[in-house]
Amino acid sequence: MDNIIFLILRRMRQPLLTLVVVYAVAVLGLTLIPGRDGAGDVTYMSIFHAMYFISYTATTIGFGEIPYPFTDAQRMWVIFALYASVIAWIYAIGTLLALIQDRTFQNAIQERRFAHRIRRMREPFYLVCGYGETGRDLVRALTERGYHAVVIDNNEHRVNLIQLQNLREAVPALHGDAQRPVHLREAGLEHPLCEGVVALTNDNKVNLKIAITAKLLHRKLRVICRADSHDIEANMASFGTDYIIDPFDTFATHLSTALNSPCLYLLHSWLTGVADSALTEPVYPPKDGHWIICGYGRLGKAIHQRLRQEGIKAVVVEATPGATGAPPEGCVIGRGTEADTLLEAGIEQARGLVAGTDDDANNLSIIMTARDLKADLFVIARQNLEDNRELFDRVGADMMMSQGLLIANKIRVLLATPMLYEFVNLAKYHTDDWACELVSRISALVQDRVPGICEIVIDDTQAWAVSQSLARGEHIDLATLMRDPWCPERNLQAIVLMRRRGDDRIALPPDDERLRVGDKLLLCGHPAAFDRMSWTLNHAHTLNFLRTGYSGPDGWVWRKLAAWRGADGGR
Amino acid sequence: MNPEKVVFGFFIVLALTLNFGFFVGEIDDPNHHHVYELFAVLVVNLIATVLKFGDRSQMGAVLLATSLVAMLQLIGAALVWTYAVHASDVGLTPTVTASIVSLSGGAMLANVISVVLLVIETVMLRR
Repeated sequence: MDNIIFLILRRMRQPLLTLVVVYAVAVLGLTLIPGRDGAGDVTYMSIFHAMYFISYTATTIGFGEIPYPFTDAQRMWVIFALYASVIAWIYAIGTLLALIQDRTFQNAIQERRFAHRIRRMREPFYLVCGYGETGRDLVRALTERGYHAVVIDNNEHRVNLIQLQNLREAVPALHGDAQRPVHLREAGLEHPLCEGVVALTNDNKVNLKIAITAKLLHRKLRVICRADSHDIEANMASFGTDYIIDPFDTFATHLSTALNSPCLYLLHSWLTGVADSALTEPVYPPKDGHWIICGYGRLGKAIHQRLRQEGIKAVVVEATPGATGAPPEGCVIGRGTEADTLLEAGIEQARGLVAGTDDDANNLSIIMTARDLKADLFVIARQNLEDNRELFDRVGADMMMSQGLLIANKIRVLLATPMLYEFVNLAKYHTDDWACELVSRISALVQDRVPGICEIVIDDTQAWAVSQSLARGEHIDLATLMRDPWCPERNLQAIVLMRRRGDDRIALPPDDERLRVGDKLLLCGHPAAFDRMSWTLNHAHTLNFLRTGYSGPDGWVWRKLAAWRGADGGR
Repeated sequence: MNPEKVVFGFFIVLALTLNFGFFVGEIDDPNHHHVYELFAVLVVNLIATVLKFGDRSQMGAVLLATSLVAMLQLIGAALVWTYAVHASDVGLTPTVTASIVSLSGGAMLANVISVVLLVIETVMLRR
């Protein structure tokens, strides 16, 4: 607000001064020049009359000469006053119009509108800094789950893109530098409903600065950062950044999960998949034979380290080992796009291949060359740019590593379904057989689509009927909840993945598990099942029917009647 | 020396001096208070007000506020004058003159504050 008024005042100073001076001189002149009244006597215009005359002359309205017809001397002065004042007005209006079209001014107005919009936010929201590919994926995922997001990016083009994206919720976006605290503040960093800050810019230092600012200005805020180097990660962790996501380490962890327990990996990718997309096929990375890693960058290093921990031999192919460093056992020098480097790395005996350079064309070329040399290879492809997705789909890698998607997916799970994040961590402590059994149960529920995920808190807002019933001391177990209210013999197409009571978490709780007020449930299953379940959760009669198998009387009269008949002995 | 400051100071002081010039004299004697002097005070005050636009400092804000007060009082005085002389048959009676002059007196007080603030700012600057 301040900015705009000050900008207008400062720019309008000169034109306003000109107007004041021109008016003053014109009025003064008119009062000093003698005129003649109706009788021909000399008369002087009063200041009031002169002001009146100049006011309508300057605005080119022209009511005529008052109070008496002018003398020629007065008319000469009026000619001067007229042109001078009209020019002064044109100058003033021109400056005002130029100001309105001015970029600085428009930016100030946009910023003000944005800040106003944020101040009026009445629902919890996440502040997303950086609207690159990762940011776009994340905002889409959040809005599709009904969460609100606010975006800051320093690229105007990307900010304007939001309007064209047809997101489900309105996403206010600010074109500004997220490193500047004032912009973060305008974007609602200190807003009581701000749930968290996500720093996703492709610059580590900027992410670090955002994390520090967020932690300093709003201590309780959840801060989630993307970091590509271990130095920055340690730095971020040192002041309490809640979650630091390194896409390369994350992917390497996924790979080692897939190596050790393919079912667990499948379970993870199904549950965290984008809702209603097709289910992915299981992958079985080979544990015997050696791997070839093309590109010893951040991804190559992370995968190399994991493979070594698993006891798998890996040969590194790197074009510039001077710049990236090389593993202790040395590496094959080359890009991996030519047949001879791949042959030198032992492609004929290799079982796995990682095309992990930071150039998509090279990665595609590596995969095609390698497939020509050896058909049955397990291929991991790194996709750097979202635009190349179609090409990577066509080349058909067994596992895809896309930084943007990986980070967006992880943050989406973290923010939108925090219990799922806990469940996935909990699942790591179970055996692969446990995961395989769960995977087959899920696939029976949802056929070929990614299952819906639902979190329920047993309280008055989300499960009114259940919490009321529990408060009366009635017994409700999970089996009751899972029954289909429209067909009580059948169960709903959903699985309770986890029950959380305080800090106590149980994965796959048994059916006879009793519910208590305050319990949190994580379910997966067919989206329609959750709609039906909300009847059981919130509609007292439905719940009562499922619990007792008896449909109780509705309405005051019938209840009285039932009580009276009950007293008679019959039910 | 900053020419902008010279012009700024000039108009603020001129607003006060002209205001004082109009104000002195018998409060209810129209002969002591000339209409052109009021006109000059009004114009100079207007210029001083516009000059104060767009200064973001605290001092700038208070200076602008005093100017706005002075303008309010002076426009009040001009309106009373105009109404008495042109719109009604009352004319410049001692009562009307007294109210015009007292209104301009109020404006003068605001102008005095303005000048005092200007002096304080200058003294604090020490440069």
